[in-house]
Amino acid sequence: MTLAPETDAPQIEGSVGQTFLPRYDDDAAPAVPRSSLGRLTADEKFVRIGSVGSGLALAWVITQRLLPLEGLPWFVVVGFCCTLLVTWVTAVMTDGAVQARDRLAATVLTSGAALVGIVLVSAVVFVTVKGWAALAHLNFFTQDMSGVGPKDDFDKGGVLHAIVGSLIQVGIAVAITLPLGIGTAIFMTEVPGRFAKVVRTVVEAMTALPSIVAGLFIYTVFIVALGYPRSGLAAGLAISVMMLPIIARASDVVLRVVPGGLREASLALGASRWRTVWHVVLPTARPGLATACILGIARGIGETSPVLLTSGNAQFLVVNPTDGVMNSLPLFVYSLVRTGEPNAIARAFAGATVLLAVVMVLFVTARLIARPPRNKTPRGKGSRRTRRPAVDLVMADPLVEMGPVHPPARTEENP
Amino acid sequence: MPARSTERLARKNQVTTLPVQDTSAAEAAPRRISRKATGADKVFVSAIRVVGSVVLVITGGVGVFLGWQALPTLRHYGWSFFTESAWQPEADVLGIAAVLSGTLMVALVAMSIAFPLALVTALYISEYAPARFRSVLVSLVDLMAAVPSIIWGLWGSILIMEHAAGLAMWLDRNLGFIPIFEVKDADPNAAVPMLSRYSFSMFVAGIAVAMMVLPMACAVMRQVFSQTPQGEKEAALALGATRWGMVRSVVIPFGRGGIIGGAMLGLGRALGETIAVLLILSPSFEVKPRVLEIGGNTVSALIAGRFGDASSSQLSALLAAGFVLFLITLVVNTIAATIVNRSRSGAGTDA
Repeated sequence: MTLAPETDAPQIEGSVGQTFLPRYDDDAAPAVPRSSLGRLTADEKFVRIGSVGSGLALAWVITQRLLPLEGLPWFVVVGFCCTLLVTWVTAVMTDGAVQARDRLAATVLTSGAALVGIVLVSAVVFVTVKGWAALAHLNFFTQDMSGVGPKDDFDKGGVLHAIVGSLIQVGIAVAITLPLGIGTAIFMTEVPGRFAKVVRTVVEAMTALPSIVAGLFIYTVFIVALGYPRSGLAAGLAISVMMLPIIARASDVVLRVVPGGLREASLALGASRWRTVWHVVLPTARPGLATACILGIARGIGETSPVLLTSGNAQFLVVNPTDGVMNSLPLFVYSLVRTGEPNAIARAFAGATVLLAVVMVLFVTARLIARPPRNKTPRGKGSRRTRRPAVDLVMADPLVEMGPVHPPARTEENP
Repeated sequence: MPARSTERLARKNQVTTLPVQDTSAAEAAPRRISRKATGADKVFVSAIRVVGSVVLVITGGVGVFLGWQALPTLRHYGWSFFTESAWQPEADVLGIAAVLSGTLMVALVAMSIAFPLALVTALYISEYAPARFRSVLVSLVDLMAAVPSIIWGLWGSILIMEHAAGLAMWLDRNLGFIPIFEVKDADPNAAVPMLSRYSFSMFVAGIAVAMMVLPMACAVMRQVFSQTPQGEKEAALALGATRWGMVRSVVIPFGRGGIIGGAMLGLGRALGETIAVLLILSPSFEVKPRVLEIGGNTVSALIAGRFGDASSSQLSALLAAGFVLFLITLVVNTIAATIVNRSRSGAGTDA
């Protein structure tokens, strides 16, 4: 039913505050229900998709028929410009310049984000495809490279020694940095004071230490000055020097967002400070701490430069970290790429794929741990209360392990 | 026990009794309030303080050691350490002018590619992406940050190099009159162009470094954008702004600190990047703005390339170079952190 305009309502002088019943026009056509506010109509959708299509078609004509611009990159660039042009024209035809600018901005932002996505996918796919020839041989995972030349076929030699070396070195680094890093974070948050501030400043400053300088430090002190040979232990120490500030900082950020109310409640109930830390603060921050540590480990395992200086480059399986040279995945990749032989390069790519897979597994684990438990339907008796996380910690924030960012203010995330 | 019996009686009859004041007892002294830890807490606090001190000594020690090791070199070469571009320890001539300028050029190339892409991606994720995919996209950007640098190095040196060289030649042909796009000893209009003059350049290295820097800058920017007060965004939309109008008038001004800070954090990372540069760049020691031309060097690549055959004095020179790099990174990161934090301190004013 449509509302007829109230034009012939009797206008009575002096009765300003009066209302009148609306008169409905029964013969009018039923109103079209308004479509959802945010959704595009089919018409608008067609214009948007059509603009992209015609832009690309135009680009094909220009690059393949009119101008001597060969190759995919030129097609992409020209296609982008043509799409912008067509979008602008179609928007101006129906709407004003303001809407046209809006559409243009949306196109630019979407294609920029798509470009970044393509880059990521291209890197992952490129590495995997290049390494597939070597990966397809199972012996790649069960053998080391002893006695295998760079020109040898893929059914000889493998990456086992590098995987084992990486695990041992990162294991050493974790054994050193995890207790020290988390301990320091607890110190900085639970025992505040002038000294804690000094520690925090120094730790934050040292996150700026380039990884190669960390490697050079261990090389100078441990290998040149103290005279130890290059070994897995030295590499582990170099990774530790690099990881320690990262993990300490990230844990500090995580611990600082534990609400003070929880601590106060625990102390008010009579718990001692260390029991408060052990039973309240650490369990509350556990997912965040796990994320911080796993991402720190992922960073440590993928970093080549500290290892390059300290571990040497063994071609055979070494299990004892103090027993001379050792290999690791990034170093394996780097040294094989440097040989320039096609087979060696394919092996390097296979090693890179393994490294990428390891990092991805770590990353996904971090994500799964960090994800706040969903509102599970209570199992068993209905009377059991659903377990909700005590606090919605700012977790899974890998940027905390990358640079000096203070804990974000806890404002609402946009829905 | 008269007191206890009356108590029991009171409990039975559900009445309360007034406590019996013992007037003969001495005046209770107010308890001394102390925050000092006692018992197990004392152990805890001192143990944790020891851990903190150990970490302070380790991390601070690295910095102090670098500075201390750098001193003899700086004293020996004086200012020429910063102005000399050659690195010939045999001839006792060395300086970091070339590597330092190379580091800055690579970082600038990386930032000029990474900054717009990071900004655009952050805006897309926080404002344009469908809400369903948002968390997936955030994870993807974070995953990109976790991809090891050697993989970006491979990607840059084998997949991108040849396209980048083609682009570099095109730039030289058409914009070669601008000094940074100039390439010496190569004719872009030759029938058989010398693509090798355009490969292994700081430009290609910058592309690979950009891909490492991008996710980090993007993550910072996105986080700041996501803290934009919802009310202001809705107000802009209610006043008739288009989505882009809302982004331009509310989101970007609000997130300006995050944009600048994120970019500078990325810059800090770009300065210290080693392995991608080492894989791509063909080392040469000259100060040059011509980023498209083959050759160049960075501080970190210099260290990685020269540490092996270094004598103790050379090692000290390398440590000095590393120390200078560390100081630059430190300054950049500190400025970035200050900017990001200042932008956030105003975040809580409006909900």
